[in-house]
Amino acid sequence: MSAVAVPAPATVGRVARLVLTRTPRRTLTDRVMRGLTGVATVFILIPLVALVGYVTVNALPWIDLEFLTSGPVDFTRGGALNAILGSLQLIPLATLIAAPLGILGGVFLAEIASPRLANVIRFGTDVMVGLPSVVVGVFCYALLVVPFHGYSAIAGVVALAVIMVPIIARNTEEILRLVPASVREGALALGMPRWRVILTVLVRAGLGGLVTGVVLAVARGAGETAPLLITALGSRLVNVGHLNEPMDTLPTFIYTNSGQPSPVLIGQAWAAALILLLFVLAANIVVRVLTGRRSSGGNNR
Amino acid sequence: MPTTMTLLPLRDRLAQPVARVPDRTFGIIAGGAALLTMAALLGIAVLLGINSADTFRHFGVLGFVLGTAWDVGSAAFGALPFIAGTMITAGLAMLIAVPVGVLSALYLAEFAPRWLATPLVMLVELIAAIPSVVIGLWGLVVLTPLVRDTVETWVSTTFSGVPFLAGAPVGSDVFTASLLLAIMVTPTIVAVSREVILALPANYREAYIGLGATRWETVVTVVLPSVRAGVLGACILALGRAMGETMAVTMTIGNADRVPTGLFDQGQTIASKIATSFVEASGPEEVGALLGLGLILMVMTLAVGIVARLLVGRSRAAAAS
Repeated sequence: MSAVAVPAPATVGRVARLVLTRTPRRTLTDRVMRGLTGVATVFILIPLVALVGYVTVNALPWIDLEFLTSGPVDFTRGGALNAILGSLQLIPLATLIAAPLGILGGVFLAEIASPRLANVIRFGTDVMVGLPSVVVGVFCYALLVVPFHGYSAIAGVVALAVIMVPIIARNTEEILRLVPASVREGALALGMPRWRVILTVLVRAGLGGLVTGVVLAVARGAGETAPLLITALGSRLVNVGHLNEPMDTLPTFIYTNSGQPSPVLIGQAWAAALILLLFVLAANIVVRVLTGRRSSGGNNR
Repeated sequence: MPTTMTLLPLRDRLAQPVARVPDRTFGIIAGGAALLTMAALLGIAVLLGINSADTFRHFGVLGFVLGTAWDVGSAAFGALPFIAGTMITAGLAMLIAVPVGVLSALYLAEFAPRWLATPLVMLVELIAAIPSVVIGLWGLVVLTPLVRDTVETWVSTTFSGVPFLAGAPVGSDVFTASLLLAIMVTPTIVAVSREVILALPANYREAYIGLGATRWETVVTVVLPSVRAGVLGACILALGRAMGETMAVTMTIGNADRVPTGLFDQGQTIASKIATSFVEASGPEEVGALLGLGLILMVMTLAVGIVARLLVGRSRAAAAS
């Protein structure tokens, strides 16, 4: 089958018409429709500009010393220290679990597995990438919250790791496939065992790309809300180090505060949103400008 | 793929003598990491199945899926309002996102000059990176009152006789949630469609333009028919995301446990129902029913995701051949 379904039977007559009659009307249609595609693109970008603008304008008055150094107090004052410290604990912990697992999994897919096994695992990994994160949250609830009789930060860490691992694994696989075969063959020809070739030569050759994948996965995990609501729950208390207890994060802080009937708490939600937005956008922009690659997900739920 | 070195099949390498022991160990560790994701996938299905088994047994699979009541008092749980809410919001979002997304993909792949296309693509893809809860906050505080006082008021007074459009607009409703979903999934359609369009060999286009066709006629006659499967796949991929999207919908849909009666009625999707009711669930019966909802959502997105993958994969393979 040819890749392009060029209409066959009617073509001759059509070609004759096309060549003979380049009417003003056809030129006009061309202009209008091409313009319309440009308008559609502008249309898509309006919400981005509006959103970044609104978040910035609404957040700036609320970002002050108290916001950064105090936990929630009452409806009229307080800050987001609980959420900031919570995110600073959950995200690195989840990354610590997910990065090695994801990279090893990607190495297996690209370098070790037979093509058939790789296909099966790749398919499952892709399915996991596309799975709604709220389902992962429900899974970790059944796995870690029910048996241990309580919401806990550690359940949130696991949920985030489950979301991040497949993203890192698929990225790692794609990066390793870009390493030229000659690099691999050269190292093997020198008599290095495969595991050393992989760990020292290949991983080093693709290091920039691997870091990129991890950063994008971190950015994705940092914005996750739904799975944390039903695992780490969120908390109005500043929780440092008590992983068996509920913990707040920036996303859950934003969600909780957005439903409060207090302009102060909603203002704090905007402030937390700005911090989160800056982090996520900065990570994405830096990674893309440096590597010219697209995000491997952007699938925040 | 001539660039990747072919290896001996796993079993042959495992059969090698002692010198290969470290390799074997490393292979097993890496394989374990790769299989962990598969295990998680299976674990999710099994654990959700086990924990919601009582619900499905008590109401019957059909009884649960088609049940319309979610009443904690009488312990009657039905999933239909949430399944309907999920399909309606995702469907409405696609009505907006598909035409806009495909047109924009055409612009970015065919018409825009390169110096403009590159930054524009990056900006469009940044939208997909914005955390859902931030979009939800913006939707709740900014978009909801705006939509209520403009579009919804105008439509519901102008078309007050039309079913599905009548009713006093509240802002937090199916329409606003669908609008936010459309904003969130359009970048997926643009990015994947654009890739598929770019993969099309240039000579098909050039041949048709050489015959005297305009650029737009070339797009309609040559490009679109050739990338149909891939663009359809991109749209279905976006549909899957719209169905599973949680926070933005939770914050704007109004959270009413009923099948929405119109565009400006409040509702609830599966994902938003789980997000709002899980923590405050009345007891094991309701938690079981919520886990059952999770299982239904998983099956729905799985089916959609597999179709999308097959379509995009086929289109890429066709373009590469």
